[in-house]
Amino acid sequence: MDFYGINPAVLIASLMVAAVPIMLAALGELVVEKAGVLNLGVEGMMIVGAIAGFIAAVTSGSPVVGFLGGALAGAALSLVFALLTQFLLTNQVATGLALTLFGLGLSSLAGQGYNGIKPPATHAVPFGPLAEIPFFGRILFSHDWMVYFSVAMIALVWWVLRSTRLGLIIRAVGENHEAAHSLGYKVNRIRLGCILFGGAMAGMGGAYVSLIRVPQWTDGITAGAGWIALAIVVFASWKPWRVLIGAYLFGGITVLQLNLQAAGARIPVEYLSMSPYLITILVLVIMSSGRGRAGLSAPAALGQNFHASR
Amino acid sequence: MLRLERRPTPSRFWQYGTPVVAVVLTMIAGGLLFALLGKDPFAVIRTIFWDPLFGEFAWYLRGQLLVKAGPLILIAIGLALGFRAGIWNIGAEGQYVMGAVIGASVGLAAYPTESRLIYPAMVLAGAFGGWIWAMIPAILKTRFNTNEILVSLMLVYVAETILAKAATGFLRNPEGAGFPGSRSFSSYKAASNPELIAGSGLHWGGVAALVTAGLVYVLLQRHILGFQIKLAGQAPRAARFHGVNPTRLVVFCMGISGALAGLAGLFEVSGPAGQISIDFNSGYGFTAIIVAFLGRLNPLGIVLAGLLMALTYVGGEMAATNIGLPSAAIQVFQGMLLFFLLGVDVLSNYRIRFLLFVKEAR
Amino acid sequence: MSDQVLLAVEAISKSYPGVKANEDVSFAIAEGEVHALLGENGAGKSTLVKMIYGLVKPDSGQMRFRGRPFAPVAPREARQAGVAMVFQHFSLFEALNVAENVALGMENPPVMRELAARIRAVSEEYGLPLDPARRVGDLSAGERQRVEIIRCLLQEPKLLIMDEPTSVLTPQEVEILFRTLRQLSSEGTAILYISHKLEEIRALCDAATILRRGKVVATCVPRQTTARAMAELMVGATLTPPERRATAKGEVVLGVTDLSLASPIPFGTALKNVSFTVARGEVLGIAGVAGNGQDELLLALSGELRSAPDKVRVNGHAAGDYGPLERRGAGLVAAPEDRYGHAAAPDMSLVENAFLTGALRRGLTRRGFIDWRATRAFAEEVIASYDVRTPGSHVAARALSGGNLQKFLIGRELDQAPEVIVINQPTWGVDAAAAAAIRQAILNRAAEGAGVVVISQDLDELLEIADRFAVLNGGRLSKPRPVEGLTIDEIGLMMGGAHGMEVAHHAEA
Repeated sequence: MDFYGINPAVLIASLMVAAVPIMLAALGELVVEKAGVLNLGVEGMMIVGAIAGFIAAVTSGSPVVGFLGGALAGAALSLVFALLTQFLLTNQVATGLALTLFGLGLSSLAGQGYNGIKPPATHAVPFGPLAEIPFFGRILFSHDWMVYFSVAMIALVWWVLRSTRLGLIIRAVGENHEAAHSLGYKVNRIRLGCILFGGAMAGMGGAYVSLIRVPQWTDGITAGAGWIALAIVVFASWKPWRVLIGAYLFGGITVLQLNLQAAGARIPVEYLSMSPYLITILVLVIMSSGRGRAGLSAPAALGQNFHASR
Repeated sequence: MLRLERRPTPSRFWQYGTPVVAVVLTMIAGGLLFALLGKDPFAVIRTIFWDPLFGEFAWYLRGQLLVKAGPLILIAIGLALGFRAGIWNIGAEGQYVMGAVIGASVGLAAYPTESRLIYPAMVLAGAFGGWIWAMIPAILKTRFNTNEILVSLMLVYVAETILAKAATGFLRNPEGAGFPGSRSFSSYKAASNPELIAGSGLHWGGVAALVTAGLVYVLLQRHILGFQIKLAGQAPRAARFHGVNPTRLVVFCMGISGALAGLAGLFEVSGPAGQISIDFNSGYGFTAIIVAFLGRLNPLGIVLAGLLMALTYVGGEMAATNIGLPSAAIQVFQGMLLFFLLGVDVLSNYRIRFLLFVKEAR
Repeated sequence: MSDQVLLAVEAISKSYPGVKANEDVSFAIAEGEVHALLGENGAGKSTLVKMIYGLVKPDSGQMRFRGRPFAPVAPREARQAGVAMVFQHFSLFEALNVAENVALGMENPPVMRELAARIRAVSEEYGLPLDPARRVGDLSAGERQRVEIIRCLLQEPKLLIMDEPTSVLTPQEVEILFRTLRQLSSEGTAILYISHKLEEIRALCDAATILRRGKVVATCVPRQTTARAMAELMVGATLTPPERRATAKGEVVLGVTDLSLASPIPFGTALKNVSFTVARGEVLGIAGVAGNGQDELLLALSGELRSAPDKVRVNGHAAGDYGPLERRGAGLVAAPEDRYGHAAAPDMSLVENAFLTGALRRGLTRRGFIDWRATRAFAEEVIASYDVRTPGSHVAARALSGGNLQKFLIGRELDQAPEVIVINQPTWGVDAAAAAAIRQAILNRAAEGAGVVVISQDLDELLEIADRFAVLNGGRLSKPRPVEGLTIDEIGLMMGGAHGMEVAHHAEA
């Protein structure tokens, strides 16, 4: 069943790992956008999470502390975005871009002296004999805890948005902030909370890149993963389970092109390495066309600031 | 407690005042950052902002200022047109690279012919390269309603891959002993972009930037197209009511900004950079976003903002060699500048009231 | 109805920068009373009820609810005390369903299934049938209002505030709403009813407090006061109805034939086989409840929505595929309903806004370059001849009050020597004096030979100025009929009756 010497079980297992960073980041951004905020700073929050997580893990020797550090750093950066957009009413697109530019610089500054270091390893969750099951054992029971955590977060966000009062309020705020305000909901505070959640998720996703996926620190390590996460939110039509599908799809493409490069396929390396970006564009086109389908499921107040004037 | 109160009419004073306040705040916050890095903040600020203009090596560094400001201004003006219309081309870096690659290809294809027509052809090809790269997100947006932010950004990564391929493959110097990088343009006279006035740092890119700034200023102030661009950005429905064709506007704004970014790339690669190499691009396409906002999306403001941003580059390099300031610190500094700028901007549309004062006044 | 005071408002004042929204306002509502708050746009009614509902804090003065001090700092507190409010612009979420919308307005909503059952029960009890699972975006304006009312009723309020509730209803729907409100009142719920429609208040309310420029100018018992007397208290001046000159109708200047168009607006209404003609000197009034295709019709006429060339004929041109600029060239001007963002760019100056539509017909450009001096002259001409109160032509459009901006925008269109005029909601949110001036200006242009289409939800306005009358209902236009001889009942039936609501009240009766 192998082709180019690639084992399908290994391929699927590694795509699940490759998908974790973008899945976490996209899920966080989904909540942010559901609340009506467009934060284009995902890339910046991810890379700051990547270096902060890396430093925290290396200094403490514990990957868990690393992930917490990444989440904290991502949330801290998103707090800047939240203060600017929610209280100083700055343009969300411009502020998100600023966040990314700032985050890239900050991570590179903070990362000096951390090149070439190995972070503490995160081991696979011991499932005992389950991991020995042929094919499925490799796919389902051979991963580190973050892989399961990210899927659990999808389920959690899905449940919260669909069935809880908190989720209803978040959706309401993203749909019509004027109406939510007149019913007495604190629009800006609810959005602040969502932005912080999005920042923490992006930071954690970034930490996964530097702690497990690569694992080491180099400048610009996230290489556009934050932007792909943004695209996945559109691809997912703002539905959590579709984020899972989207992330696995992109994880698959990344892993496949790396494997094909390694296996010496006859497709030129350049085409392979640009393929994730080209496929992202293709997916965006497909999702947006067809009489604005993406537009219909997008939260109605997405990207608009709210100021209670009277 | 602070409270924001909307001004009935935007404040004129703060429209001009905010960039100045933002620069001052950034210097303070940057000083803190430099102090945290263990450097003397005053020495660093002086090295960045004073020495390149009036220091010992100012005679050389002042020229460098124009070299760096040229591409920043050229790109930022194009971006500002789009931002004004609510069209977010943030892939200028990719358009800049493609302009350089396609323009350089034309020049290198003519090697070693010497003709006065070669450089103009390269300029056209450079503009075309940036234009066509910007047309991809433009057409996808108008045909399929695809988000131009994400598409133009994805195309940066694609352009960088193409650049790598050009430097190591199809444009590699056949006499370069297998090293990556194209032939040098400085030794190919017909295709080079030399300094026009010795020591000034002015090359064709700087000329193009200044001319463009003038033209775009007139366009925005006096021409109906400029009015339509502003209208579309401020009130999209009113723009449609006026009769703006959104498709044409997207194609126009994206096209202009792409062509200008492509031009900047061509001028850079045939001049200061000197050859196509894997990493000749140094992020001007992204920094230009900051320049555009710092100049308040106004062409004349952008000229000043471009010079200021060039100063942070030149001064930053000085600080790196003289004081050992990490070059990433300058990137952080520039990012902070954009934050402060956006934050302070609230003053032009809102009044800040201190509720405590108001109560006491009653 | 008992005489016990439920809510007493005592000497409340509230100012905003430059405006005294409420000054020393006092009044009281008894338990079970239907109390009208009457006043023009901008008289301070909305600010007052927002203070009662906890959305706005008063600067001074106090309120008592059942004798106890009442100072809600958030709507939540007001709701807990027993105050509920139905907003003029609905506080609804189009993408959510009815039950979710109701849940958002409640303090401790039960689980969704139980809530849905209660919505069904209450809606039947009060004759306002509603399906809890339907998406609000798909509901008509009248049905949306039911969602708001049910949301309030589920909390068993002591005081129900209704802000201009009938502006989105057909006459028959108004009757049903009144029956519901009377039923509530008889069960002991007090109702604070905000309106400027005098006949409604006379039909429904037990007492009225009349506000003018933020102050209480009178209180009265509406049933014992004439509408005219109340109107004069409200406006503070005697009103003269617009002057009409009988004019000979000329040739057809606007013809729409079998026009069908999908709506570009989310949850909008498609136009279906719309046909009509307008002759020179004629005013065609188009009525209808909000959301029945009015916005789409305006877009289709202004050129923002295009169709096949022969579907829309302007002044002899087959203009269906013309854009707004070309239609202006053919002689058609249009004024959309939404002033802040559609008819005008709020952040641009009045000069720039004058250029927005005046560029072509007033010749304000030369080879693409804008003649700012001529544009300023045009803006100042409009400001002077339409009595627009503004510090100057340089101020941003958003700095003007609704009425003043509307005078400017209508004037901008009328001063372009138009052959065809299309206006959606010419006087919405405009005070009575300005509204009268706007209507007069429209009639004057018609008398000079322009063909006019006025789309409005204000029936009185249409009956006052239109020669012929048609109704938009679900995107279809009824056959235009002469205004003379039309009765309110006939109009109501043209507007689609009560959308099957009679059934519920019949069953109960």
